[in-house]
Amino acid sequence: MEHAHATAQALSLSLSVSYLRYIPLFPLLGVLFNIFLGHRLGRKAVNIVSPGMVFLSFLVSLHAFWNLPEGGRLVDTMWLWISSGTLHVDFALQVDQLSAMMILVVTGVGFLIHVYSTGYMAHDHDVARYFAYLNLFTASMLLLVLGENLLLLFVGWEGVGLCSYLLIGFWYTDDEKASAGKKAFIVNRVGDAGFLLGLFLLFWTLGESNVWTLSFSTIQQHIAAVPAEVATVICLLLFVGAAGKSAQIPLYVWLPDAMAGPTPVSALIHAATMVTAGIYMIARLNFLYALSPTALSVVATVGAATAFFAATIGLVQTDIKKVLAYSTVSQLGYMFLALGVGAYTAGVFHLMTHAFFKALLFLGAGSVIHGMSDEQDITKMGGLKSKMPVTFWTFFIACLAIAGVPGLSGFFSKDLILEEAYASPLGSPMLWLVGTIGAGMTAFYMFRLLFVTFFGENRASHEVQHHIHESPASMTVPLAILAVLSIVGGYFPLLHFLSPLFGEHHEPHVAPLIKYLPTVVGLGGIALAYVMYVLNPAIADNMARGLSAFHKLLFNKYYIDEIYDAVIVRPIVGMSNWLWKVWDAIVIDGTVNGAAHTMEANGSLLRLWQNGNVQNYALSFLIGAMAILGYYLW
Amino acid sequence: MVSAVIFLPLLAAVLLLFMAKEEEELARRFALGVALVTFVISLGLLVNFDSSKADFQFVERVPWIADFGIHYYVGVDGISLFLVLLTTFLVPIVLLASWDVHSRVKEYLFFFLMLETGMLGALVALDLFLFYVFWEVMLIPMYFLIGVWGGARRIYAAIKFLLYTMVGSLLMLVAILYLAYLHNAQYGAVTFDLLQLYNLKIPEQTQLWLFAAFALSFAIKVPLFPFHTWLPDAHVEAPTGGSVILAGVLLKMGTYGFLRFALPLFPDAAHAAVPTIMALSVIGIIYGALVAMVQPDLKKLVAYSSVSHLGFVMLGMFAFNMQGIAGSVYQMLNHGISTGALFLLVGVVYERRHTRLISDYGGLWKQMPVYASVFLVTMLSSIGLPGLNGFVGEFLIMLGAFKANVWAGAFAVSGVVLGAVYMLWMYQRVIFGELKHEENKKLTDLSPREIAIFTPLLALMLLMGLYPQPFLTRMEKSIEATLARVERKTAVVQVEPVEPPPVQVVAER
Repeated sequence: MEHAHATAQALSLSLSVSYLRYIPLFPLLGVLFNIFLGHRLGRKAVNIVSPGMVFLSFLVSLHAFWNLPEGGRLVDTMWLWISSGTLHVDFALQVDQLSAMMILVVTGVGFLIHVYSTGYMAHDHDVARYFAYLNLFTASMLLLVLGENLLLLFVGWEGVGLCSYLLIGFWYTDDEKASAGKKAFIVNRVGDAGFLLGLFLLFWTLGESNVWTLSFSTIQQHIAAVPAEVATVICLLLFVGAAGKSAQIPLYVWLPDAMAGPTPVSALIHAATMVTAGIYMIARLNFLYALSPTALSVVATVGAATAFFAATIGLVQTDIKKVLAYSTVSQLGYMFLALGVGAYTAGVFHLMTHAFFKALLFLGAGSVIHGMSDEQDITKMGGLKSKMPVTFWTFFIACLAIAGVPGLSGFFSKDLILEEAYASPLGSPMLWLVGTIGAGMTAFYMFRLLFVTFFGENRASHEVQHHIHESPASMTVPLAILAVLSIVGGYFPLLHFLSPLFGEHHEPHVAPLIKYLPTVVGLGGIALAYVMYVLNPAIADNMARGLSAFHKLLFNKYYIDEIYDAVIVRPIVGMSNWLWKVWDAIVIDGTVNGAAHTMEANGSLLRLWQNGNVQNYALSFLIGAMAILGYYLW
Repeated sequence: MVSAVIFLPLLAAVLLLFMAKEEEELARRFALGVALVTFVISLGLLVNFDSSKADFQFVERVPWIADFGIHYYVGVDGISLFLVLLTTFLVPIVLLASWDVHSRVKEYLFFFLMLETGMLGALVALDLFLFYVFWEVMLIPMYFLIGVWGGARRIYAAIKFLLYTMVGSLLMLVAILYLAYLHNAQYGAVTFDLLQLYNLKIPEQTQLWLFAAFALSFAIKVPLFPFHTWLPDAHVEAPTGGSVILAGVLLKMGTYGFLRFALPLFPDAAHAAVPTIMALSVIGIIYGALVAMVQPDLKKLVAYSSVSHLGFVMLGMFAFNMQGIAGSVYQMLNHGISTGALFLLVGVVYERRHTRLISDYGGLWKQMPVYASVFLVTMLSSIGLPGLNGFVGEFLIMLGAFKANVWAGAFAVSGVVLGAVYMLWMYQRVIFGELKHEENKKLTDLSPREIAIFTPLLALMLLMGLYPQPFLTRMEKSIEATLARVERKTAVVQVEPVEPPPVQVVAER
């Protein structure tokens, strides 16, 4: 087959193996187990099998990681998936440095979150369904990062979207939660439309040079066949997809609503893994984006704008999960900023550290919500430091990490992004500045959250206060492990590890001011939060009152949802109703019925025939047919 | 073998007439048994099909009305093969799903089996006259199925269905006769043999008229926007089984007709029609989805979604490239399975609650988790989730359409978004939320019989999503042949008359 030898060339460093398939297969077995046996065998079996399957895939991932050839990749081709004309797509998985890191994060963090879930969902009666979805998510996410071609990536891409939909609306009897799930899916589909168009254009563009492939390695090999201006269009279309999945302006609106799902889901899907799919995809296609500085600058600008914009909303939210949601949107913006200035390594680095500390933050929040009898409003919390010590200390570490305090993981990755934003040929002082201000806001809102939740007096009702308790070990152990990772994650030699894909990493040279200012701003943010929410809480109230219009605007998220509703949703529904009731019923059917009536009125003879007797119709039909036939034959 | 598949149901239908009226259970079992046997025999076609050949296989050709050059001429290629299988697959499912039809059971089964013969015959006929006979044979049972076993406005819907389709088919008949006449004029012999008629050289102007006559007939059947308004009425009034067959197979007769007849017979006209048909297809995709979105009635929603899906099928076909047409044929199968399953799902709750209004449901997951899960997978298949069947078809169609016309491809992609909108919204209102209606608290989940109905459908959705190659490979050569015929322009047609192929009587039966 023509495409077989094309790929063979590209893979001088690729090793054919047949065990990669087990990485997504184990969680898939978990899905089947939970669907068909979960209810029958009960909670205990579900709690063992579901995380167990993810752990098995973690082990296989480690095996793949250790056996990864230096600078090469592993490929597991299973079957020819779709072949039609010039299109040939294999169902094939690959592990290279990027995928190796991703599968370790997905299965590692994923396993911890599965374990945590056994504690968090201990009182839910539908735990088998929950784990069926969660396992399915893990399998899809693994397919997304293991897919050897763009179409298989898309399978995983839609699969995680589906699981996100199902898990956000897991408590389906609540209509609001079900709506949030639907919104997530639909907004993502808007992005997917862009993704598909980008894929089509890429496929046919390469085809013009007689390269028929969707396989990443072959595309890379023939990337020179893509003209720069076409590359720009392809990259921008794919970026629409990335903006949907990774919640960037203008498609971020689904992510805050997605917090309706169970909190471990928010940690796994809406912080650590799925939402980073857009970053993964662009990093995966870095050779394509490299062709288009225009597209990259759009990516960087949208990323920086989102990082800033979402941070401003995060400043004033009072729902613990909403703060974290906007923080995630903002942090994803930083990753896109890195990609956009060509610093793929930095972006992927932040993807990993963020997976650790943001998963930790969400799980910590879940522990708080669990302990506070499902309360999510931080204004009704306070003083949890002593009552939930493990949760507090781990949450504190995560806050330090995300705020960019030196020594912790977030410091390394965020600093690197900002330095690159300044020093890279595609960077600019403006991008650096926006990112730096965002960093200050990040530190501020995270410590605001910490202080309001864990310090001061508890403001909950007596009833709730009475029940506050530290979470069980199934929840606190994952917190502790993630806390360790949030500290040491910055020391992983990831930059060198990824060099076969993105080139050897060189520390950018920037002036000390540029290098240290983000850290200083971050520490300033922490200090400000301390003053405003611990030392003198009156300041915060006064500010909110003094700037009430602005506060209201931020609190209501700039009314973006309302604007979308008024400008897009309602006009479409209105138009659809008009199409149905006026166009379909009156115009088209009216014409048809009118024609029928006219015929009936004019043809009194016809009326004799139209007696509703089908035999007569059939007979006249046959006679007519024979008559016409006869006419032509004689 | 082909004839056995076609006429076994008719034979059984005739035998049914000799059965005592009271023997309902026996009649059901007998009809189901025959339908299953028919399916098994049709699997023989699949097994023995040679995917390396573009020609028609399992050909049977005997003179019928020799004076008029009319033959009983049937055969199967990679395009009709799977549509035949889809038909023989769906009929037993529908019969099993009709177990709770209790009025005039014998007649009901009689019409279904007769319908099956009509559909199968139309799919394998290689003689235009024969095709026309089967085409009309399909119409009558469907008319009765809607008119007798239908809902409140069944008479209106049945007559609308009949008139709409008859208007189209009359014009087609005239065009068919004219083709035979043309053949007589050019080669000195009257024939309705499709393969010989493919060789006619027809002036472009004439092609346009003839194409229009065929296209109108097929476009109504598809239905292509704006000829679709009979469909929602017919679906809403038809009994569940009727809806399944109507959506699953009858609509495909329109798209199949384009591919088998209108395109290769009139290639120049087809090329000239590309902009129009593409535009109508894209309008249909978006229009169908938008109107589906605001339907309060479940069946109407599914009916309008068919308009959208069939728009995809037409769009892919008129891309005139491999991916587009392969996707188009694949999507015909997908639509038969997924939309068939959707109508069956609506039937399940209609049977229990006697309402199709979305607002009468809500919160069904709590009461019917198995039903809700089956519904979920079916819905995902219908909106083209990768990993399930719908994606493969939609993807190939959009890929092909994008090549043919970037804007058509771009607009079609919006159908992907809108499809999710109407389906997810409907699903939410039916399945999620609180069980707010008292009547719904007594609903029972799927029975073993119903599970037996849905299991093969779900299995196919998965198989066709993950492993489409066995299907695509068998289609490929026939699609290439069709493409070659469509590419042929009048200018390059060879002038010498073509020898008619030797008459071969296949004594397989």
